[in-house]
Amino acid sequence: MASFNLADSTVRELNQHLHGSVAGKVSVDNPGGKHSVAVGATDAHDVEINGNVGYYCAGMNAEASIVVNGHAGPGLAENMMSGRVRVTGSASQYCAATAHGGLVVIEGDASSRCGISMKGVDIVVKGNVGHMSAFMAQTGRLVVCGDAGDALGDSIYEAQLYIRGNVESLGADCEEKEMRAEHKEALRGLLESAGISEFSVDEFKRYGSARKLYNFNIDNASSY
Amino acid sequence: MVDKSWLKESATFSRPVIREIQRAAETGIYDIRGFGAKRSIPHFDDLVFLGASMSRYPLEGYRETCDTSVTLGNRFAKNPITIDIPITIAGMSFGALSAQAKEAIGRGASQMGTCTTTGDGGMTPEERGQSKYLVYQYLPSRYGMNPEDLRKADAIEVVVGQGAKPGGGGMLLGQKISERVAEMRDLPQGIDQRSACRHPDWTGPDDLEIKIAELREITDWEKPIFVKVGAARTFYDVTLAVKAGADVVVVDGMQGGTAATQDVFIEHVGIPTLPAVRAAVEALQELDMHRKVQLIVSGGIRSGADVAKALAMGADAVSIGTAALIALGDNNETYEDEYNKLGTSAGFYDDYQDGKDPVGISTQDPALSARLDPVAAGRRLANYLNVLTLETQTLARACGKSHVHNLEPEDLAALTIEAAAMAGVPLAGTQWIPGRL
Repeated sequence: MASFNLADSTVRELNQHLHGSVAGKVSVDNPGGKHSVAVGATDAHDVEINGNVGYYCAGMNAEASIVVNGHAGPGLAENMMSGRVRVTGSASQYCAATAHGGLVVIEGDASSRCGISMKGVDIVVKGNVGHMSAFMAQTGRLVVCGDAGDALGDSIYEAQLYIRGNVESLGADCEEKEMRAEHKEALRGLLESAGISEFSVDEFKRYGSARKLYNFNIDNASSY
Repeated sequence: MVDKSWLKESATFSRPVIREIQRAAETGIYDIRGFGAKRSIPHFDDLVFLGASMSRYPLEGYRETCDTSVTLGNRFAKNPITIDIPITIAGMSFGALSAQAKEAIGRGASQMGTCTTTGDGGMTPEERGQSKYLVYQYLPSRYGMNPEDLRKADAIEVVVGQGAKPGGGGMLLGQKISERVAEMRDLPQGIDQRSACRHPDWTGPDDLEIKIAELREITDWEKPIFVKVGAARTFYDVTLAVKAGADVVVVDGMQGGTAATQDVFIEHVGIPTLPAVRAAVEALQELDMHRKVQLIVSGGIRSGADVAKALAMGADAVSIGTAALIALGDNNETYEDEYNKLGTSAGFYDDYQDGKDPVGISTQDPALSARLDPVAAGRRLANYLNVLTLETQTLARACGKSHVHNLEPEDLAALTIEAAAMAGVPLAGTQWIPGRL
């Protein structure tokens, strides 16, 4: 197992290890809120970070499984391609922004703009998410076991949103959708993958695009 | 038939203005078009070179060397790129342009040893394969963004804005969202795509500094990182880009082109390229970073004269977009009949957003795209770049310079008070620079 104590070694050394070396277990201690921890991994490393991280932890991750035993700053797992990222605490804004694939699990809360412009990633938040979450979300799935803030799914495309708690308000062109059997099945799978068993899929509502604003129509101008 | 020769046209309500009011009333939607600003604004035409005389001696045009090479990105990047000519190709997306056009641009740029740039839609294999040096744009939409392509790039350009629409996001209307374009952008086919105007995961220069550091970490500090801004508050924007860690700053003036933007945005937001160059150079000089962080200027570059004047004002290189498309074949009179069917004429065509380009450049229509031969079009672009370079060298030699970077503001004079004030060079025949003591 490779070990990096970021009190002594640099983020550069850690990231260089994750770029091209043979996949294996990697332990990271004393991250101290540093930025860009474990970014750009290129293989199926198994990374455990013990402590809080700053901006962009696990950014553009591909293949690796990254666990943060602590809280994460803005832009966690931004543009992730594949792999898994789990945060035992809470995540700041822009969590999984533009991410294309893989699974992101937040055991606490996620701040505003969670899943902004998501492009295929699955995100499961055990707590609440802040305002403007899933803004311009293109594809992928966002599960929120708590509440969602203002303007959920504003200008959403084809992403699927599953919210268990209260939604403060829906953004432009986002609407509640029928929760059919296939959606419950998909949600069940997501919760299982995230290791969350205390909630029933029957407690969730599904939201997605009303598809009224896909092509510009002057009569819809006031909707934007 | 009414004799119109005696009719007096209103300067305020000209025929184009009247037509636009009528069009707005008919459709209820603002005019969206391509190309850049069309109105007359102070430009490089308003400057002249003083040339060598008693106090300067020129270089022989065909015998003495005038170097044109430029190294970009040697501030922090392990692998800066050295291009043979001080002219690069600006970012234009696959989606806005056909795959054939992107390939042609790659071919033409590579023949001349310079770089081309992706756009708001990711990197295509055609473009990467044909481009000796390819700059990968990092845009708010992040369409097609992935670490694999990031590592294939020769440089990364973080796009904060563009000259045609500082403060605006990209736009690609449904008729150009083909199956391939939709797949690359993770969007439903045929929708009107309106990209975000802000990046999704950073806000402001302090965040940008952290974002640039992340991009460097992902690419092992190998790639030069450019920051592109639309010309507006240029002095401050350049200062902040340098502070954020840019290797290269790209400043795009309001004449810069676009594939699709509201006309009101194109014509009324941003400042001309001329004052933007001066403001950018002053910012770099104040930071003692001139020539350490390279400055690329774009927006209305058409000739070697424009190139030489931008360099004389302190730019390290220029970038061309609209002119490159024209070199490929855009607005060619060969297709006059088809332009007429679209309600326009060669030389006026700007409806890039419609995807009906008869030449096969700004379209995703397979039949139209097939009209553009990437090899022949690439050769035309290379020819054009060659002419720009030769013209630039001609002017530099006339001023006695053995490298185009040795051109300086002292080689210039302004023909108008406005240009003198904006460019910061004296009005011709005087020592007067308006606005300066």
